[in-house]
Amino acid sequence: MGNQTGMMERISESTRSLTTGVDTKDVEHWVMIYIMGRGYRVPADLTIMTAMEFAGYRLIRSCGCRQGFCGACATIFRREGEYKLESALACQTRVEDGMSLVQIPFSPADAASYDIASEAYAYSVFSKHYPEVARCVSCNTCTKACPQDLEVMDYVQSAIKGDFGGLTEQSFDCIQCGLCAIRCPAEIVQYNVAQLGRRMYGRYGSPEPAHLKARIAEIEEGKFDEALDRLAGASTEELEKLYAASERESDG
Amino acid sequence: MPELKYVDGYPEYMRESIEVVNRTRGKRKDFVPDAMTAEEREEVLKVHPDYAPGGKRELALGPNAGDPVPGPVADLLEAYPLIDGKEIDLARADLEVDVMVVGGGLAGTAAALCAHDSGVAKDKILLVNKLRHGDCNSIMAEGGTQAADRPFDSPDRHFLDTIGGGHYANKPDVLRALVEDAPTIMHWLEELGAVFDKEDNGDYVENWGGGTTARRMHSCRDYTGLEEFRVLRDEFRARGIPKLEHSPAIELTTDGSGRVTGAVLYNLETGEYRVVGSKVVILATGGFGRLHIRGFPTTNHYGATADGLVLASRAGAKLRDADTVQYHPTGAAYPVQIVGFLLTEKLRGAGAQPVNREGEAFVFPLEPRDVEASSLIRECYVRDNGITTPSGLRGVWLDTPLIDVKNGAGYIDRQFPAMKRMYARFDIDMRKDPVLVFPTLHYQNGGVETDPDGRTNVEGLWVAGEVSGGVHGKNRLMGNSTLDTMVFGRRAGISAAQAVASAGAGERTFQHVTSYVRTLEEAGVATDRRAPMLLPEYRGKAALARMIDVL
Ligand SMILES: Cc1cc2nc3c(=O)[nH]c(=O)nc-3n(C[C@H](O)[C@H](O)[C@H](O)COP(=O)(O)OP(=O)(O)OC[C@H]3O[C@@H](n4cnc5c(N)ncnc54)[C@H](O)[C@@H]3O)c2cc1C
Ligand code: SF4
Ligand code: SF4
Ligand code: FES
Repeated sequence: MGNQTGMMERISESTRSLTTGVDTKDVEHWVMIYIMGRGYRVPADLTIMTAMEFAGYRLIRSCGCRQGFCGACATIFRREGEYKLESALACQTRVEDGMSLVQIPFSPADAASYDIASEAYAYSVFSKHYPEVARCVSCNTCTKACPQDLEVMDYVQSAIKGDFGGLTEQSFDCIQCGLCAIRCPAEIVQYNVAQLGRRMYGRYGSPEPAHLKARIAEIEEGKFDEALDRLAGASTEELEKLYAASERESDG
Repeated sequence: MPELKYVDGYPEYMRESIEVVNRTRGKRKDFVPDAMTAEEREEVLKVHPDYAPGGKRELALGPNAGDPVPGPVADLLEAYPLIDGKEIDLARADLEVDVMVVGGGLAGTAAALCAHDSGVAKDKILLVNKLRHGDCNSIMAEGGTQAADRPFDSPDRHFLDTIGGGHYANKPDVLRALVEDAPTIMHWLEELGAVFDKEDNGDYVENWGGGTTARRMHSCRDYTGLEEFRVLRDEFRARGIPKLEHSPAIELTTDGSGRVTGAVLYNLETGEYRVVGSKVVILATGGFGRLHIRGFPTTNHYGATADGLVLASRAGAKLRDADTVQYHPTGAAYPVQIVGFLLTEKLRGAGAQPVNREGEAFVFPLEPRDVEASSLIRECYVRDNGITTPSGLRGVWLDTPLIDVKNGAGYIDRQFPAMKRMYARFDIDMRKDPVLVFPTLHYQNGGVETDPDGRTNVEGLWVAGEVSGGVHGKNRLMGNSTLDTMVFGRRAGISAAQAVASAGAGERTFQHVTSYVRTLEEAGVATDRRAPMLLPEYRGKAALARMIDVL
């Protein structure tokens, strides 16, 4: 099937700037960005994160998953000529000409201590651990700050109403980046409130399926021991045969 | 190059092929290519980066001398230590604990929690992490976690699917533990308050995964790892178990007769070292995607640099199946800002199809990952049916709009918010248009060999999670890895806690490091390479060329 060594080289050549750092000679379009006030000329198709690296920063804070899931790379920026502060995830946002930015690698918020097994499944769990939640002034600043575009204020309101299902639904995609809390005038730590609420819902509002409990009991009774003993002791040839003969569950 | 014109996120020239895909969707709705036979699989695997010629070399030394591993892994296993120990007073410990967990992904966090549950006082546990507690592969798992808990399904079916997918190289005793513990892990997560996708009647929603013969995938939208991990992390915080962040372990210590007794940590921000003594060490440092093996982009987090393999093998731990690497079939190939990022297999589980430039479905969408990835590579580079992006990458389409066609409008909104959001950030609506994909470096199949309790051949050393090897053989199935981290994190935590009860603190030395350096010299490995790597290097070449160190 052709020259596979050559093929691997062609593949790796096509992604070189992504895997080893950008080489200036490959770049055609440039923009100016201002990292904590200092201007850098960077390739136009980088993200804020890769642009900082291009500029020479070795990231230790503000960089985790690099893919929009961990919330490490919270960034505040302002576009040239505008007064508004925008928020973004550095790993998910393309640089723009004239962008002025700073990263917020950490928000000094405390998480409460609780034992989920002994908490009451009611609003009181929030007033007990995060009493400040009642101080929400419904300013919606948190919603505007959320890089996941969540209705943050709405989930805070759900918490205040003791609506655990609503809170779970509305806050589920929260990556705990901290941007809402940093901007909240009432000093509410929205993402911690949501974390507590979702766990309460998971434990009390969305019970464990009966088929899971039944299966655990079957395993404990040893129902599958014989089959597993046989498979664990089987030769590769036997396994190959069994694997080839194994029928797929019907899709219906 | 002139500026390209973009329409709905794609350059105009790519639109032509998109229109073909959109036009042929109706025809493909009820057509799924047949799964490959064993012979067809064997044939297509020839273009897999693991089997294509080159790329590997045999280790010159260490517990696995003679075994072939990918070049970048060999480079790290045959490298000098970051410190030789002379500059450090190992005898004086900054901290002494019973259980030190190195690496705080799902595996490490589960291990710490279960050690605590098994009677180790919280202040006798320490979790150390290279970056934040949460900068890890675990938090990015999208698709799901396997557990055979439906009546049709069974642990033995799960066993057979996994060992077949793993090319029969899986270690049977650990694989058995994986499938037998899976429902218990789901139960544990339920008790801790994780929220899984459920049907109206309260049963789990369970989906297909590549290489499974039953629907067995438990998910939390496409944020499965995020939900599992943040629940464990919240529990960890709520209990007040101590942790250190931005403090990677850069070397283990041993007592001079082979037992692991602690580690040296390095504060990435201040440059200080710390010596921690521990009766046992659980290594849960995850995988090696950031080595960019064969030049592939990766789905992995910033710190996935194989540190655990380096530390463990220097201490004498044996690796297995370290020659195989998992390339996920569907990494993003466009736009350039997200190249290599993961498009979860759950998309194909829900009906999305790989489609070539001409709008043809060319492969059964749910082959085991190595087979599926190979067939995408073949379509792009052998059959030349791919699409080339403005930055020079090739890919094929993943026909995502088909998901809503098959499951009803709104399904993508509900089940794939992360994917939809990622594309929307770059002006692409994956509900209307297909997305371009190419395989991406995803997972370390092999690693440190263990028994079913996560114990290694080195006294005092346990491992859990992606750093371990054996359970997945030579190719892991989707959903078996998040499961693996918690099954073996839990088992390691429990078994380490038992060991602590009878173990005393040991002396801390670098004898294993000294003798490793001697073997390097004797083997004639002439190099200035140093390991562990800790972080990959992505700084711009122009900036690097002008850096000086004066302060
Ligand atoms: C994008 C993506 C999607 C995935 N989707 C799925 C899925 O749907 N289902 C599934 O089952 N699996 C999936 N996986 C695989 C699975 O998520 C991982 O294999 C698994 O979570 C690894 O867990 P871990 O705890 O072993 O390692 P990690 O979660 O990677 O954690 C390791 C931790 O150790 C730290 N560390 C590393 N070196 C050191 C050091 N020297 N000192 C201290 N700390 C260190 C790291 O910084 C990291 O925090 C996916 C993986 C990725 C990347
Ligand atoms: S809700 Fe707050 S913490 Fe969560 S993602 Fe949005 S801004 Fe970040
Ligand atoms: S920013 Fe704070 S006060 Fe304003 S709506 Fe959000 S939670 Fe309420
Ligand atoms: S680095 Fe994890 S969200 Fe950006």
